[in-house]
Parts: sequence; C-alpha cells; structure tokens
Amino acid sequence: MKRKCDQCERPATTHSVEIIKGQKIEKHLCDLHAAEQGLTLKATQQPINELLDSLVKIHSGNATKPAKEPVCEHCNTSYKQFREQSLLGCPGCYAAFETQLSSLLERAHEGATHHVGKAPRRAGMSEQRQQQLMHLRKRLGEAVTVEDYELAARLRDEIHKVENNN
Amino acid sequence: MSIHQLTNSAGEWLRGNGPHSDIVISSRIRLARNLASYPFVNAANRRQRFEILNRCHEQLTNGRLGDDVLWVDVAAGTDEDRQLLVERHLISRQFAKGDTQIEGQAPRAVAVGSGETFAIMVNEEDHLRVQVMRTGMQLAEAFSQIDHIDDVLESSMDFAYSNRWGYLTACPTNVGTGIRVSVMLHLPALKLTGEIEKVRRAARDMHLAVRGLFGEGSEALGDLYQVSNQTTLGRNEREILADFESSIVPQIISYEQQARHALVRQRPAALDDRIQRAWAILTHARMITTEEVLGLLSQLRLGVNLGRIDNVGIRTINELFLMTQPAHLQRITGCEPEPAARREARADLIRRRLGA
Repeated sequence: MKRKCDQCERPATTHSVEIIKGQKIEKHLCDLHAAEQGLTLKATQQPINELLDSLVKIHSGNATKPAKEPVCEHCNTSYKQFREQSLLGCPGCYAAFETQLSSLLERAHEGATHHVGKAPRRAGMSEQRQQQLMHLRKRLGEAVTVEDYELAARLRDEIHKVENNN
Repeated sequence: MSIHQLTNSAGEWLRGNGPHSDIVISSRIRLARNLASYPFVNAANRRQRFEILNRCHEQLTNGRLGDDVLWVDVAAGTDEDRQLLVERHLISRQFAKGDTQIEGQAPRAVAVGSGETFAIMVNEEDHLRVQVMRTGMQLAEAFSQIDHIDDVLESSMDFAYSNRWGYLTACPTNVGTGIRVSVMLHLPALKLTGEIEKVRRAARDMHLAVRGLFGEGSEALGDLYQVSNQTTLGRNEREILADFESSIVPQIISYEQQARHALVRQRPAALDDRIQRAWAILTHARMITTEEVLGLLSQLRLGVNLGRIDNVGIRTINELFLMTQPAHLQRITGCEPEPAARREARADLIRRRLGA
C-alpha cells in the first residue's frame, strides 16, 4: 500500500529526509502539500510574491495579528477546508482564493501563472453570469430546505431566464 | 448494449495491433470539465448531484456522440458491476467506491462509447471526466477524438472557465487544460535488468507520474506501467502531446528495446527458461492467483514479441490480462466468489484459452 500524505488522505508523491541537529526528519507529501512547502522546486528560493507579501505584512504591522481565514462567498468553502481536502468547492473559489492559489499553482505547474491552450469556442458565459447563477442556485437550495416552494419556483424561473439569455 | 454484454470481449484498446504494440499497450487521454454555475461535486448536495447527472445524461445520450452510447448508472449497479468497470478501465477505483460523505450511493454514472473507445464519468471528482482510449501508440488519434467530443459537449453546455486559469477543476492540480495524457507500457526487460528505476527517475525529472496498472497507488503488476503528465497549466494541449510523441515514449521504447536485445544476446537460455516456464505453468496449473497470472502473462508476452515462442497470439494474452481479473472471471465462468473457487476457475479459463 502506498504511503499517504502527512497532511491529507491523498497519496504521497514527494519524500524528503532532512537531518537537523542530529534529528532525522522525514516528510511524505502529496503533490499539493509538497508544492505548498516548496518541495517540488529544485531551487528553494521563495517566490517573489510571497516575499513581497511577508514584507508588506511586517511593514503594515500585521505580521503578528492572525490573518482572517478567507471564505468563498458562493459555496462557503474556507481556504482551510481546501488545504485539508485538496479540493475547492466551486468555480468561484478560484477568484476567492486567487492570492493564495497563485503561488501554490505556480509551484505545482512548473512556474506557470496563466492558462495557455484551448478555450471554449463560443463565448460561453461570462464569469459574472456564472457567479450570478451560482448565487441563485444557492438560494434555491436554501428555499427548498425551508420548504418555501413559492420562492423556490420563482428562483427556478429566474435561473432558466439567466441560462437561456445567452 | 448492456453492461452484461461488455464481458464477452475486450475493448478495442486491448486488440494489441496498434503502432509499437510490442511495448505500448494503449494510449489514453482524459479531460476534466465542470458545469459553470454549479458547485464542484465534493461540495454539491445530493439534489444538486442529481441535477448535474440528469443534465449530463440528456447531453451524452442524445445521439450526438453516436447512437450506441451505453449509459451505466454506477450507483444502481452491484459491487461486482462496478469492479467490472474498473477492470476494464472505464471508471476509476475512487469512482467505484463512491463518496462516503453522501448518504446511500452517491449519484453517478458513466457513458461508454461504441467499442469502448471513450468513457465519460459523471460526478467523479469533476462533473465530467471524458476519457478516450486507443490500442498501441495512437495519441494523435485519441486527441482528435476527445477534442471532437469536447466540442460537441461545449456547444450545448457551459463549462467553468476563466481567462487566467483556463478550465476550472475541483483539484487545482488539473486546472488549465484539464488534460491528462497517459500511455500504458509493457516493460518486462527493463524490470528484469533492474533499469526500471532509471525510467522512474527520468520521468520524475520531466514532471511525469509513473503508476501501475490501475493508476494511483497501484503496483506495477505484470510489468505494466502508466506514464502521464502532471502539469496542466501554462502549456497547451499540443505541446503536452508532443512531449509524449516525440520525446518521452520513443525514449522509453528504445530503452526497453535495448534491454530486450541485451537479454537475447547475453542470456538467451535464462530468457527462454523464464518464457517456457511461464507457458508450462499457465497451461498446466489447476489453481492460480491474479498476481501470479499477471507475472506469467508478462513473460509470455515478452516471449511472443521476441519470437522465442509462437504458441499464442498477443491479442489472446492481452485479453487474458483482463479476463482473469476477479469480476470478469466471476461473470464469465459463473464461479463462486470464494478465493479458492476463483483460483480454480481462473486456471481452467487460462488452459481453455491457451488451447491446453
């Protein structure tokens, strides 16, 4: 059986052994957590944006205050939850956690910062409309839960309207 | 076509007659796609998962991907049905197991194309996991088919996409193109000569993953290895494919060929001994485990490809790799599910297929 990541349930793909003050420290991490700790990079320099981030924090006196945990407003997934499960909650999470994800993705994808390649051929839905629909669906779910079927029906009509208004 | 008819033959990708089929078993490509405006599967509740499933069902079976798409409700099937689909590489092991956080069986299904050339999982880690499979080294053909399927789907579905990140996926390790190119290789000579570690190291340096027969976490049974890309952001589909077609796969093929030639030149008796022993056991055993079969079939396959033995064809060997797996064996022979009964049925089946 393959070893699991020290920090989550995914299989460990990066393994390292360090000797610090005569103590052997073994690390077994999945691709995500390895990337987060910079273990997949051959060079160990800190990415420039993180350096800047920490500098800004020190100068603005924020370094000692605990940072507020970011939460995605569309699906209520917190960044902490993402770190635990390695899974985001919805497409909106990419915007909600953009700062954190930027450096993580850069390290997981050989330094890439932007998509290159196929894009949906037709213009598709704008990101704004995607988010509007996410929001409506969330409200619909809540309406069904409290059995407010009148509101649910209205929301359903609204969703159809937004979807077909392409 | 029903799931029960699937067991009668192997999928086209196991025919064993594609380019470089002595070493490359199959080429496969998958794309991860999600419907815009729905939460990803892990954050979607039961109702939303059904909604996603129903939307996809309509789109995948309306004839635009061919008239004979087989829709398999994975949640409604038995454990044996699900195991059967895993053995045929039509669904992942994780998908078979389902999401334990959802009460009962999580809503999920797979759409299988004619000849099993494609399979589309709905509600796996992403809403859609489209997979195309080909026999031998046929990545270009696989890509043109999957690109076409993607075009057909996106003409009537809105996929989650952002200009910066590309196609948005539940796990950010797949974001961007959402593509995973994967080639299954038979590398018995590199295994025998102990050089397989070199391949693993070289692959790692090129940011590639090397996995066993059934993907993540599985051992390389039968000397079968899957090599696949890990980077999906910042490089386009064609660049990722070109790596495999013009550099990675030709290189591994040439390593394996060198190792095979060295075995023939330097240790012909030892090589023939292994091959003939494999044949002898396979044609005479009365009880045998899957693991032992995979090892022996690997030796036999090597022998046939090197022209050291001609009692059997590659296609039969490829099919036996599949038919001797537990769920297939049970479906084909109707044997009892106990391990001992299975081992006996497995040995009988092999003797019959090998004409012994």
